[in-house]
Amino acid sequence: MTTTGGTQLTLGDVPVVPARCRLQWEAAQQGYVILYPEGMVKLSASAAEIVKRVDGRASIADILDSLAQAFPGADLRDDVLEFLNAGYERGWIEAQGR
Amino acid sequence: MQATSEDGSRPRAGNPLWLLAELTYRCPLHCVYCSNPVDYIRSGAELSTDSWLKVLREGRALGAVQLGFSGGEPLARRDLETLVREARALGYYTNLITSGIGLDERRIAELRTAGLDHIQLSFQDSTRELNDFLSHTRTFDLKLELARLIKQHGYPMVLNVVLHRQNLDHIEQILSMAERLGVEYLELANTQYYGWALLNREHLLPSREQIARAEEATRRFRERVTPNVKAYFVVPDYYENRPKPCMNGWGSVFMVVTADGIALPCHQARMLPGLEFPRVQQHPLRWIWYDSPAFNRFRGFDWMREPCRSCPERFKDFGGCRCQAYLLTGDSANTDPVCDLSPVHRTVVELVERAQRRSEPRSPLFFRDDRNSHKLGSH
Repeated sequence: MTTTGGTQLTLGDVPVVPARCRLQWEAAQQGYVILYPEGMVKLSASAAEIVKRVDGRASIADILDSLAQAFPGADLRDDVLEFLNAGYERGWIEAQGR
Repeated sequence: MQATSEDGSRPRAGNPLWLLAELTYRCPLHCVYCSNPVDYIRSGAELSTDSWLKVLREGRALGAVQLGFSGGEPLARRDLETLVREARALGYYTNLITSGIGLDERRIAELRTAGLDHIQLSFQDSTRELNDFLSHTRTFDLKLELARLIKQHGYPMVLNVVLHRQNLDHIEQILSMAERLGVEYLELANTQYYGWALLNREHLLPSREQIARAEEATRRFRERVTPNVKAYFVVPDYYENRPKPCMNGWGSVFMVVTADGIALPCHQARMLPGLEFPRVQQHPLRWIWYDSPAFNRFRGFDWMREPCRSCPERFKDFGGCRCQAYLLTGDSANTDPVCDLSPVHRTVVELVERAQRRSEPRSPLFFRDDRNSHKLGSH
């Protein structure tokens, strides 16, 4: 496990989807899901745009830059942090080196 | 959730998300709270490998994405690796729900190669004495070794310990065991009273104080280990004032297929009278899910009686559990009597009151085995 403590993720953290979880397109639901032991979370279209950029190398700041290029004009900072922290709390997002 | 179709006449179902494959009723353990039917010994022949492969394909085509291999003990099926391989190729997240008996390092590795995503290993207790007594086997040391091997082979692991009157006071030890084993998830689900657990209820229903202490210990544990370990604690329904949203509603997201091919909307429904549950040998899963009378019987809200029918909470709890309603009131269309709005909630209150006293149980303890299944099976 790469995470410790219950603190919040910040812009410098590098998020990663842990190996026990799987991001998958589900045709029946017309959306992406994250699957994990005995459970799943269904991602909205915008949440999927965030998770697709979570590769274990990009920091949250990098992800925000990439999103800003793809969706100019939107201020996504708070939404992205909130979403990734929700995943961190629930265990389908971890942070490299923490 | 959209509950009714445009004309309001008939519930419109979403697609199933969960498929539970109860591959066999055979089990080397004899747990006193087993969720299999008491009369499992009278069930039909087990599905063939080809029949299971067909069920897996049809389930996936319907949209099911979480797949549980359960039983009995699913490792008793020698074709488990074949089924896992196909399931994973179809895109299921594959969960093995096991006592561990039948597992060794070779099989752990082979299942990993076949694409198994996760193993849920059950312990009956944190002590050898009670683990071995409750399961009526000598399996404690083997389970410890298997837990180590499962982690060594890189699986995420859920540790499942069913809680009840006999082991709740070992909660601190159970929590430390989970931490020592390095599991990611800890499921501390109290026994609910169906099947074998219902027969043994006097021995198993805990006191209020036992539950409160265990819940508090789990809360402190959770504070300390989050987010490394996720710990779930489920209290017995009898101690609630409102029913659980059982299965998120009948025929809403969950389908079970039993060892002999009967499709059910929950683990327990097989014993409900007046319903004919379809067989996967005779019908495609799509028909079973969307069109069979049994899967439509308690969908939506039109089947409800008062107090559910006009209750604002019906959208949240779907009237609770049909099986509990049947077992405690004799009619599966009644409100789950766990709800304190039920006219017969008193039944549950009396059972709970009795559990506060420390009296010797009057009934014997029944282990889940073939002899007792013959003797106690009702049909």
